[in-house]
Amino acid sequence: MSIIVAEGVTKRFSSDSRPAVDAVSFAVDPGEFIVLLGPSGCGKTTLLKMINRIYEPTSGQLLIDGVDSRSLPVTHLRRRIGYAIQQTGLFPHFRVEQNIAVVPRLLGWERPRIEARITELLDLVGLPHDFRRRYPRQLSGGQQQRVGLARALAADPAIMLMDEPFGALDAITRARLQDELLHIQRKVHKTILFVTHDIEEALRLADRMMVMNHGQIVQFDTPLTILTRPCTRFVEQLTSANDVLRRLSLLTVASALGRERPPAAGGSADLPPLHPQDDLRFALTQLLGAGESSLPVIDDGREVGRLTLADLRAMLPSTVAGLEGHVPVSGA
Amino acid sequence: MGYLLTNWAYVGTLLLQHLWLTGSAMAISVVIALPLGVLLARVAWLRGPVLGFLGLLYTIPSLSLLVLLIPVLRLGYWPAVVTLVIYAQLVLVRNVVVGMVGIDPAVIEAAHGMGMNSWQRLVQVELPLALPLLLAGLRIATLSTIGIATIAAFVNAGGLGMLLFDGVRTSNHEKIVIGAIAVSLLAIGANVLLRRAELWSQQSRG
Ligand SMILES: Nc1ncnc2c1ncn2[C@@H]1O[C@H](COP(=O)(O)OP(=O)(O)O)[C@@H](O)[C@H]1O
Ligand SMILES: [Mg+2]
Repeated sequence: MSIIVAEGVTKRFSSDSRPAVDAVSFAVDPGEFIVLLGPSGCGKTTLLKMINRIYEPTSGQLLIDGVDSRSLPVTHLRRRIGYAIQQTGLFPHFRVEQNIAVVPRLLGWERPRIEARITELLDLVGLPHDFRRRYPRQLSGGQQQRVGLARALAADPAIMLMDEPFGALDAITRARLQDELLHIQRKVHKTILFVTHDIEEALRLADRMMVMNHGQIVQFDTPLTILTRPCTRFVEQLTSANDVLRRLSLLTVASALGRERPPAAGGSADLPPLHPQDDLRFALTQLLGAGESSLPVIDDGREVGRLTLADLRAMLPSTVAGLEGHVPVSGA
Repeated sequence: MGYLLTNWAYVGTLLLQHLWLTGSAMAISVVIALPLGVLLARVAWLRGPVLGFLGLLYTIPSLSLLVLLIPVLRLGYWPAVVTLVIYAQLVLVRNVVVGMVGIDPAVIEAAHGMGMNSWQRLVQVELPLALPLLLAGLRIATLSTIGIATIAAFVNAGGLGMLLFDGVRTSNHEKIVIGAIAVSLLAIGANVLLRRAELWSQQSRG
């Protein structure tokens, strides 16, 4: 069953003539990493904030775990949904441990359970234990985001809402936190709705991408499909799908392998291995450099599949098809 | 200083009265200003009218206010304290409002997002974060209250103002000087204490 279902959800701010979010409908399955992508002002934040009811929809309905989100007291709903934002919103007068403990305390957890959870979360987000007693102001931007992530995860919510959490970080820190978020997600299997306007971040993180424009969902599909079969010129331009090399650089080995590919048998000891998170442009260079038609993909020391030149080539004609097949959008 | 040597017990009593007047007036003021400030911080459209009204009260000369209150409250402690409370409101309320409204919106959004209710947000987040400004307001209001409290003598409420009034009436310069110095010392002492509290409130967040 879908964990989040939106049915014709609309948000109209009284100051604006056109709705910020315009009758969107979608469904998200448990454990999916959804990335909301679109230009500034297209309604990503508004949509996200309707899920934890910081904004109430003007019309339409949101089902969380099959239940109308309005049927719960709003504070109860929010305590079950992790929330992390770009500015972190950490409480400056709370130490790191107090910040992490906010929701567990609201839920009335026992002290020892909270203490154990803080330690566990510091490990999970890669912060040293002696940061517990620091104040947010004594941390770097990246470290503050880690605390924000730990705080959002604290009460082990099934759903995590993340609004451009890495948007204010430098490129290196951002890339590292993206990697770690994926790593964490492999352990905790949350349903994540993650907002970004950075296409590379979206492609890197998403199981499925929700591309938005003018308050509507333009395309909601896997990164591979979004790149290879953009449904409108808007999506195509957003992803620069016509530039083959750039497109390869945006896709991961994991996405080209597909998720159900069974691991192949060994015999690849001396070949340069690929990692599932390597981009395909790098993979192409490795393939050409090794003069091989396929290379092993290794994750955690285990071969999870082989990437072949055919896998890469398979994407090229579809690009052309995607470009020829596009439907121009009116007003785009 | 001969007067002080022979009348130290009397001057001490006046000092204590002054402290009591100021202290109780400030306590009552905070009890009124805090909820009022919180209300104004939450209900934006009330801010202009209420702060405007408090500003108006603030412009009435303190002696006239005191005289105006005599028919209602008679002489003694109450007209004096009510006058002091009315004067303190503008500074206190304004600082509560500014302190709360000035909190980083992302922090407030996070407090909502974590699932805090209105009371939890107020007690755990907004008031602690507004505390430095709140204490700054308290300090300024206390200093001016210590000064204004000298007019309590005018309605037989005692305090160091007695020395000033008596001194003027009997042309006793020594009394005037001692009274003035005592008021100043009280103000300086209060300033040091409250300033320390203010600094502490700013430090307790790294
Ligand atoms: N609190 C608000 N009040 C009025 N208008 C708003 C508010 N929040 C967002 N909007 C408007 O809604 C539209 C979508 O905004 P937003 O969801 O923040 O976009 P995004 O997150 O995609 O950049 C914008 O036109 C914005 O001006
Ligand atoms: Mg936004």
